[in-house]
Amino acid sequence: MRLRHKNLLGIKDLTAEDINLILDTAESLKEVSTRDIKKVPTLRGRTVVTLFYEASTRTRTSFELAAKRLSADIISIATSISSVTKGETLKDTGKNIEAMNPDIIIIRHPHSGAPEILARSLRPAIVNAGDGAHEHPSQALLDLFTIREKKKRIAGLKVAIVGDITHSRVARSDIYALSKLGASVTLVGPATLIPVEIEKMGVKVSYRLEDVIPESDVIIMLRIQLERITQNLFPSIREYSRIFGLNSEKLKNAKKDLIVMHPGPINRGIELDPEVADGPHSVILEQVTNGIAVRMAVLYLLLGGKEESELTN
Amino acid sequence: MAFIEKRELLNSQSVERAITRITHEILEKNKGALNLALIGIRTRGVFLTKRIAQKIEDIEKVKVPVGIVDITLYRDDIGRTEAHPMLQKTEIPFSVTDKTIVLVDDVLFTGRTIRAALDAIMDLGRPRFVRLAVLIDRGNRELPIQANFVGRELPTTREELIQVQLMEADGIDRVVLGEEKK
Repeated sequence: MRLRHKNLLGIKDLTAEDINLILDTAESLKEVSTRDIKKVPTLRGRTVVTLFYEASTRTRTSFELAAKRLSADIISIATSISSVTKGETLKDTGKNIEAMNPDIIIIRHPHSGAPEILARSLRPAIVNAGDGAHEHPSQALLDLFTIREKKKRIAGLKVAIVGDITHSRVARSDIYALSKLGASVTLVGPATLIPVEIEKMGVKVSYRLEDVIPESDVIIMLRIQLERITQNLFPSIREYSRIFGLNSEKLKNAKKDLIVMHPGPINRGIELDPEVADGPHSVILEQVTNGIAVRMAVLYLLLGGKEESELTN
Repeated sequence: MAFIEKRELLNSQSVERAITRITHEILEKNKGALNLALIGIRTRGVFLTKRIAQKIEDIEKVKVPVGIVDITLYRDDIGRTEAHPMLQKTEIPFSVTDKTIVLVDDVLFTGRTIRAALDAIMDLGRPRFVRLAVLIDRGNRELPIQANFVGRELPTTREELIQVQLMEADGIDRVVLGEEKK
């Protein structure tokens, strides 16, 4: 069993079978993180480089721990203190890292498509850790892993994704992943933050959170990305929070076994009331724990056994 | 890879007898079931382990701890061969430290699987002893590894294939010799 891909650029490129392979592999790898000695020798001698052009705590730490628990060597490059500040281009930075012979480059970049540019010109496997408003595949995979662990299935579930859909790469990757595995997705948010014609991705759209809550098995809350919002897309934070924020009052009509997710970081009191974030429906911290297992699976499957000739992308 | 059967080496009675004898040898060597734990190597080692545990319970009236080890993460050929079996869980729900561990597998061949399983167990703690029980020892070792309890020694050539079939997976207990279809 192996992944027939050289890179992980987005969920769009994966089949349901690929996604299930990654989730099944992650399930087996989760046990490693529960040991006293949290390490297996599997990727000994392999080198992983993280290249982050944007701030990140969770994703980078998670990838670093994943690599370390598989015994790979990992180097983290934060571009704010690297030659990038001296004007080096993305391709040049990539070529220079390639010259040091790493096996995988994990990249986060503010512009959509940056990982693909590297993938086209570089030899190492490229993992997209979030590019612009395009995709964040490892987040979607850990979301699915968490849903599957809690619900024992994906197909047939009703999942609501709430908030700033337009600027959210997590939403896009989640939509692809959930649809491929047969869940039905409803997007909820102010009209200004939901792209027009998004229904073409096979999702429903609603502007009223209260209507969607009762039927949902899973609600994924998104962060309002204040750093990406440049125009007035909604009147005020307070109004947004009142209409699209999740609090325990709104959850009164929810299913008992509803799970509430959030990719982090949370804007407490804006999209998520602290009572909900820390409440019984919340699986937010389990998402973080599962993120390591899922990223271990991605690294393992990209580096573990395969022949160059058989690779597609 | 197609398997062409050449002949049956052990029938179901012989398999059953071999497992019974291995069980008695384990208990004799260990002077009972005290401090004993069994760990089976996926996939068929696990079935053998459960049967040995059941026999120990019948004989000694005690349940010994049983675990499962998946050696995929400890293979020495990751990245070198392309077709790996699906990675599955290692499930060892007890501390291995200071226990007498009997590692169980169906066939002992190159010894590389056992090397990987030993590393996997050592990563979980420090057993007092690790012993090895196999249903078939077919020779052709590539590492200095020897079994303590052997159901049947069957000298083979490297090209031959030994297939252990067990009720739990194959609906029948037997061991067959075969070769790969060219």
